[in-house]
Amino acid sequence: MLDDFFIRALLAGLGLALVAGPLGCFVIWRRMAYFGDTMAHSALLGVALSLLLHVNLTVAVFGVATLVSLALLALQRRGALSTDALLGILSHSTLAIGLVLAAFLTWVRFDLMTYLFGDILAVGQTDILMIWGGGVLVLLALAKIWRPLIAATVNPELAEAEGMEPERTRLFFMLLLALVIAIAIKVVGILLVTAMLIIPAAAARRFAGSPEIMAVMASGLGMVAVAGGLFGSLRFDTPSGPSIVVAALVIFLVSLLPFGQRKTIDQPGPGQRADSRRGGIS
Amino acid sequence: MTELMLHKGNGAEPLVTLRGAGISRGGRWLVRGVDFSVLPGEIVTLIGPNGSGKSTTAKMATGVLKPSEGEVIRRGGLKVGYVPQKLAIDWTMPLTVERLMTLTGALPAQEIDAALAATGIAHMKKAEVHHLSGGEFQRALLARAIARKPDLLVLDEPVQGVDYAGEALLYELIGRIRRQIGCGILLISHDLHIVMAEADTVICLNGHVCCRGTPKAVSESNAYRNLFGARGSAAIAFYDHHHDHEHLPDGRVRHADGTVTDHCHPDDGHHHDHADHAHAGHDHAGHDHAHHDRDHAHHDQAPKGGHRHA
Repeated sequence: MLDDFFIRALLAGLGLALVAGPLGCFVIWRRMAYFGDTMAHSALLGVALSLLLHVNLTVAVFGVATLVSLALLALQRRGALSTDALLGILSHSTLAIGLVLAAFLTWVRFDLMTYLFGDILAVGQTDILMIWGGGVLVLLALAKIWRPLIAATVNPELAEAEGMEPERTRLFFMLLLALVIAIAIKVVGILLVTAMLIIPAAAARRFAGSPEIMAVMASGLGMVAVAGGLFGSLRFDTPSGPSIVVAALVIFLVSLLPFGQRKTIDQPGPGQRADSRRGGIS
Repeated sequence: MTELMLHKGNGAEPLVTLRGAGISRGGRWLVRGVDFSVLPGEIVTLIGPNGSGKSTTAKMATGVLKPSEGEVIRRGGLKVGYVPQKLAIDWTMPLTVERLMTLTGALPAQEIDAALAATGIAHMKKAEVHHLSGGEFQRALLARAIARKPDLLVLDEPVQGVDYAGEALLYELIGRIRRQIGCGILLISHDLHIVMAEADTVICLNGHVCCRGTPKAVSESNAYRNLFGARGSAAIAFYDHHHDHEHLPDGRVRHADGTVTDHCHPDDGHHHDHADHAHAGHDHAGHDHAHHDRDHAHHDQAPKGGHRHA
């Protein structure tokens, strides 16, 4: 039953889930889901460039995602448009440019579906090395900036007043996110990358008592989703990337069930003031 | 008061000094010409109406905002404890009071316990911050800031959403913190007339320093003593001040002599018992410095480029 390609797919998926968990927590805490989506959509431009310039796919996707996040920072500084409008512009224009470029690549077979939904069953040994090597690198870097990143997420001004550098930490986090998206493209594809980041993390929130526990649990739940999704896709002959996301969704839905002594959803208390979402500037 | 003087570092190097500091955004001055310093063991209170630049001034002092003009000098290696005016912790982040304490640096367990005990929320250690009441959350933020043993404590409206009895208790606590760890405190108050009795200096801001002085004990005012009771009167003080100019809704300024000008002079308006107007850092070359009978009308005609208040 367990063919070679299936073991490779499992290894790749588990590696991705391991690193996506903690990063996904920050995506949720910092309300960056749309930012993650934008980076993922820009990956199609990375794919087109990698085919055009004959560079490694992961490197090209990482490069484009990094450029997009730098472009966002520069546009935010101009302050003419809101962040979600800027993200919409960046997201869809990079996707469109990628598709237009791909149309010029008449000499290669460009299977759009492979990139949109991933092709985990086709991962090779190099891909597994990339996923695990890159993943461990990202996790080590994340551990190094953990405290400043948590502090900057809670309140950037507080972090800065007490001697931290929240802007630098944020930029560093964006680079780590770009790297994870680059290594995730092969596994779940452009359209489902954000799901791997946020669904396991959202499921973990219910059970976690601290940011650290939530990060570890998100990794664990993501790995369960990968295993469940892949076995399901083998059993029912369904596409593997979407099956993994469906498995993650099932875990999230289970986390909503009212078991245990706590209520399903805690009411936002006074610690969360209704008038400001985070660290309002006055 | 003698007890307090023991804790004030007489002749010590100031923790932070602002000299003619101002912030402009989009061609508009949020606050300008701010001069003050905080010494070790000193409590400086900033008061002023909404939008008068109190938080902006505090952010200049902590280094979050860089002054557009003037200078801010912080003592080398200054350790700051900061309680921001607004802090909304996203519900998606699970955070206990205990974890909140080590947000910007690791701390020994007994110092966490000591800070929580000092602010009276030791029993809340394991509680999620989202489940705290407004007063409890404010105390948790204060505990977090003091557990760091800061040199300078910056408190941006620490008594917001707390009733007068709670306010008096918090002011007592802040006074105790100053005596225990000897830090300087920059305190922002939302109330124009009710301040912490222990404050050494009160600075009233409205886009500039309107006046500065010392609080007058509530016990001297019968009306306020009735309002707060004997307990409150020890910690809360009345700050009695009148300005010789009035800030009009359109941003212009009406002066005592009836003239209306576009801007306020940075050291206008002191009907106050404090006579020491420190002018250090100001550049008033060419200005007439007769204080209260100055003709402000010339501000309108002054050439923009060469004028401080353009």
